[in-house]
Formats: sequence, structure tokens, C-alpha cells
Amino acid sequence: MAGILSVVERAYHGTIEEQDDTILWVSHMLKNAGADLSVLLRSNAVNYAVKGQDASGLSIGGVELSVPPRLDDDVIALANSGAPVYVVAEDLADRGISADDLCDGVQTVSRADLASLFDDHDAIWHW
Amino acid sequence: MTTSGDKTITIALMDPPYESGTTTTALRIVDAALRKGINVNVFAYEGAVNMTMKAQAPHPNPVKGTSIEEQDHPSTARFIAGLFELSQSGPALDWINCGLCVDERGAGDWIEGPRRGGPGDLFKMSQASTNTLIIGTR
Repeated sequence: MAGILSVVERAYHGTIEEQDDTILWVSHMLKNAGADLSVLLRSNAVNYAVKGQDASGLSIGGVELSVPPRLDDDVIALANSGAPVYVVAEDLADRGISADDLCDGVQTVSRADLASLFDDHDAIWHW
Repeated sequence: MTTSGDKTITIALMDPPYESGTTTTALRIVDAALRKGINVNVFAYEGAVNMTMKAQAPHPNPVKGTSIEEQDHPSTARFIAGLFELSQSGPALDWINCGLCVDERGAGDWIEGPRRGGPGDLFKMSQASTNTLIIGTR
């Protein structure tokens, strides 16, 4: 049985000011600290797995955001660190996101299979 | 209170920095309004008073292995300082931090520009504005 399943559903909350998503970030930190951890992206957070996002060009009061968030790269890096990253298939379909739109390394899971996915983990952390 | 110029917008903001998209959106609206010649009043309520705290500091990103310099993290205080600088050459920016909210958070050390006030100021600013935008916490 796997360890922790971290569920992320709030999306793009503070990502500009933080230059990343706080839960993807802390998940990666926990993985680096030795946690056996998976991440489930659901609801609006499935958009984090869409490749080619570009949040560059923002300037406020003449202060430029020279290092914008790159959430698709963060998802890829998380998956490459050994943390499985799942996205809910129906949430993708609801938003018109196809499999071709997704970055490498993510795995789709249907809503019907979520209970099994939860059962496969010791703990569910719903952020 | 800002009353000069043709148009004035008042924005009430409630979310703290770094936790919501609303703060970024509000700052973008302030920037756009000032650049269009519109005076801006901001009433920072509850957690939003933390947006102007002087002690905000950039940090490295240990996940990406980037240094403070490489990450170049602009704090909300830096953004807002930039907005005050922008207002020096055009329409006015008046930023009021709710005093009681400041006290309960110990958030009184802020950058140059904002001033202390209370809910009555929001009412007065709203009365003197072309429109008021309330951005509450959800």
C-alpha cells in the first residue's frame, strides 16, 4: 500500500505571487524529505497538467515578474521525482482538455476508480 | 481620501498575500486604473493588511534549487511600492490599512505610502468614488 495521497483541487490561488502552486511545492518538498507520496489533481487543478502554460509578461507598478510560475514543468518534475501524479478524467473532459494536451508523466483516473485509489493509500490529505 | 481627477475607483480587499488569486487581480486592476488616469483608493481589510508589510523578504526555492537572486521573488510589498511610485506621476493612489486588523496581526511596520484608517474611511471613499469594487474572502 502506498503512503499519502495529496488531493489538490484549488487552482491558481496565489501562484503568481508564490511563483508556483503551494501544494505542488510542499508535496515535492515532502517527497524530497522521504515521503511515499502521490498527488491527485481534480476539479480546476487538472489544468496544472496542461503543457505549454505561459504566465510570463506580468508587471505591476513597473515591477516585473521575471520568474513566472511554470506549473506544467512543476508537475513533470514532481512525477520525475517518483511521486505518481493522477488527474481525474471527467474533470479533464468537462474542461475540454484532451490527452494530447497533458504533459508527460501524469496518469488519468476515472471518478469511478477514485475510491480504489483512495483505498490504495494509507492517508488522504485533502488540501 | 482621493477625490481629484475625473474618475476614482475604490477597491476593498480582504485576502492575505500569497494565498489567493484575488490579491494579484486587485493589484493588476490598480495598475491598469492608474495607467488609464483613474484615481484609486484601496481599503485593505483583515488579512490584506499584510500585503504592505515592509519585512516581506524573498527566498530561494529548494525544490528547484534556485537561489534568492535566481528566483527574483517580487513580494506584494514591492509590487505596491511600485504602484505608489507610478502614482507619483499621475492619478493618486490612497491605500488605507484597517487599523484594528493591523493591530491584531502585529502588521504595523509597512512600506512608505499606506496609511492607517478604519471602516468609516471605506464608506467615505466609496461615497466619493465613481464606483466601488468589493473583493471579499471566499
